[in-house]
Amino acid sequence: MTMLGDRQQLSYIASQAADARLNLELETEGMTLNIGPQHPATHGTLRIIARLDGEQVVWAEPACGYMHRGYEKLTEVRTYPQVTTLVNRIDWLGSFANEVPFILAAEKLMGVEAPTRAQYIRTILFELSRIANVSLFLGDLGVQLGAITPVFLAFRDREYVLNLIESATGGRFHPNFDRIGGLKDDLPAGWIDETRAVMKKLRGFCDQIEDLLFGNEIFQSRTRGIGVIPRDVALQYGLSGANLRASGVDWDLRRDHQLPMAWNKADWKVWTHPDGDSFARCWIRLQETRESTKIVDQLLGSIPAGPVMAKVPKIIKVPEGEAWVSTENPLGEMGYYVVSRGDLGPFRVKIRSASFNNISITPWLLRGVYVPDIVTILASLYFILGDIDR
Amino acid sequence: MTVILAEIPYWGQSLLRVLGGLVAVLLPAGTIVYVFLFKMMSFMQSRLGPMEAGPYGSMQLFAEVGKWLQKEDIVPDRADARIFKMAPIIVLVSTFLLVAVVPFGPDAWFTDFETGIFYALAVSSISVLGILIAGWSSANKYSLLGGLRAAGQLIAYELPMVLAVIGVVIQAGTMNLQKIVVAQNSGSMFGIDAVGHPYVISQFIGFIIFMIAIQAELTQAPFDMPIAESELVSGYMTEYSGFRFLIFFIGEFATAGVFAMIASVLFLGGWGVPFAWFGWTSIDDIDNWMNFAGPLIMFTKMMLLVFIIMWIRFSYPRLREDQLQRFAWKGLIPVALGNIAVTSILKVVF
Repeated sequence: MTMLGDRQQLSYIASQAADARLNLELETEGMTLNIGPQHPATHGTLRIIARLDGEQVVWAEPACGYMHRGYEKLTEVRTYPQVTTLVNRIDWLGSFANEVPFILAAEKLMGVEAPTRAQYIRTILFELSRIANVSLFLGDLGVQLGAITPVFLAFRDREYVLNLIESATGGRFHPNFDRIGGLKDDLPAGWIDETRAVMKKLRGFCDQIEDLLFGNEIFQSRTRGIGVIPRDVALQYGLSGANLRASGVDWDLRRDHQLPMAWNKADWKVWTHPDGDSFARCWIRLQETRESTKIVDQLLGSIPAGPVMAKVPKIIKVPEGEAWVSTENPLGEMGYYVVSRGDLGPFRVKIRSASFNNISITPWLLRGVYVPDIVTILASLYFILGDIDR
Repeated sequence: MTVILAEIPYWGQSLLRVLGGLVAVLLPAGTIVYVFLFKMMSFMQSRLGPMEAGPYGSMQLFAEVGKWLQKEDIVPDRADARIFKMAPIIVLVSTFLLVAVVPFGPDAWFTDFETGIFYALAVSSISVLGILIAGWSSANKYSLLGGLRAAGQLIAYELPMVLAVIGVVIQAGTMNLQKIVVAQNSGSMFGIDAVGHPYVISQFIGFIIFMIAIQAELTQAPFDMPIAESELVSGYMTEYSGFRFLIFFIGEFATAGVFAMIASVLFLGGWGVPFAWFGWTSIDDIDNWMNFAGPLIMFTKMMLLVFIIMWIRFSYPRLREDQLQRFAWKGLIPVALGNIAVTSILKVVF
């Protein structure tokens, strides 16, 4: 593991030396390439400043903040129920998952707990938004590498999941369904059977992507051994989610945190991969999508009857205190540190979003790689701009 | 053989041939764009593609051309304006030069050139020049990277292409494309002349190498690093808009058509049908109607080969630049050289 790090370090030093020597002999300068803020590879407005020597990157740094929307500040002028509207726009592909940790933090401060049925439905919707998010990643992976067909398959099958989320919550992208103390509504009639059918389709989609993309020699040669993050480096940079598990760290908050959710009621597996390269990161996400469909299937079979809303006052005032809750979101660990002064709205909210920490490794990771590999590495790190800039 | 063209004066024949050249480049290009780029890609990706303009969207290309022609012709401030404007035209001209030697029937040819395939391989390299100056004159870093990548790639893949053709030339004993067609259709395999002797059978390795090489020459995926829309935005065409982009666009698909025609001439028997079917023995026996059926046969074979090219393009991810070079120099070229050696030995033995 550390050997690879040394090799990368050496190639960096060598390229620096080569650059310096060339500059002396031929008086050539490297080229500074601004990848972004408007660039197809950054799917959003991330800017990567890369210093190139030919096609090799000698230095790179992400410049984020082009999409900063000030959500932490905005939460201070909203009441608690209004905050979910804001936060489900952070990671816009898996938006229901953004609401959950905030609501859990507020519930923790108030000392209420959602009824069991609500916990089950929350978990199911959480996993559905993970599937909606990651299935798009699996398709987009092909586009980043030049294969244009998988993304349409991903859009086609993601549509089923979005329809499910829509029929349960009323919103495709921004459900805004979670309430302090439970959920807005119960599931509509027939939803459970429909979901089972869709989960079967999604498993088919995973097999299809595995055949189409992961089994492809060109895909493998583009991703295997590229952008290797050793275990200790991954831990040092505070990576989370699939990026961390791909480096061999067995860490999943769904299993490790004791939250009032239903993950421990299902039988599923946390996948890890020893390699830490781009392929491992993609492969982990593929396996996770499969596990998510399994979780949803099992929970659908064991949803208890009962109310979906606990007894909470009409006007929610959260007692004074501070709470930190984080969950395993599609992109990694997402948490909210909520400070309450006993008002209608939070006094201060600190949002820990996964992508911000995940891209902080790019200056280290992009050293010495070629320009085409920048795209592979960025795609496999899988960030969403809203999740970086908030 | 009845010569229909003999009654037309020389200038009329020349005019007909020039018009025929335009049709032979633009008609396949339009068909390829509609059938493959618009429709086949859509069906592969579980969508319908254009449906509004004309029946099943068949007039979509005209709508697109109209749109491009209306757009502003932007030349970047820092660009070398004259060269920047010239580049797409050079690319398209190389396609027209290429089609000049392709025969479409016993009399339906533009120039009956004794060293036709040599000429075709030579002029196909001119497009590299256009792409390189497009990349350089745009004054854009992405364009420059794309242009340099294109130059490296096209030069690397020209070599296996030439070497693959040599096998055919050895077998046919001529460089004249018309004679290569005749040699295939009048030939026989093991005394059976039912299907003639298309070189795709005896030169199968050469055919595969040639198809891979034209895939790379056309910069179609998995060899599309010069354009690489996820890395280099659009490579050497990043700064082009309006009708100059249109010329690049048409050039791309027209070249695909013309290369497929050359491949079908070299390996699939071109415009001809096996001569044994109609009891012909040489080119002089051929009936006049072949001048009309020939282009259609050629068109069918071309569409078949373009289908393969596009099929691969829509399903494969892209290689990296160094992997591509390694594939050409360490994979294709040694195999092509071996193919030439084996072909020449067998030619001498039989």
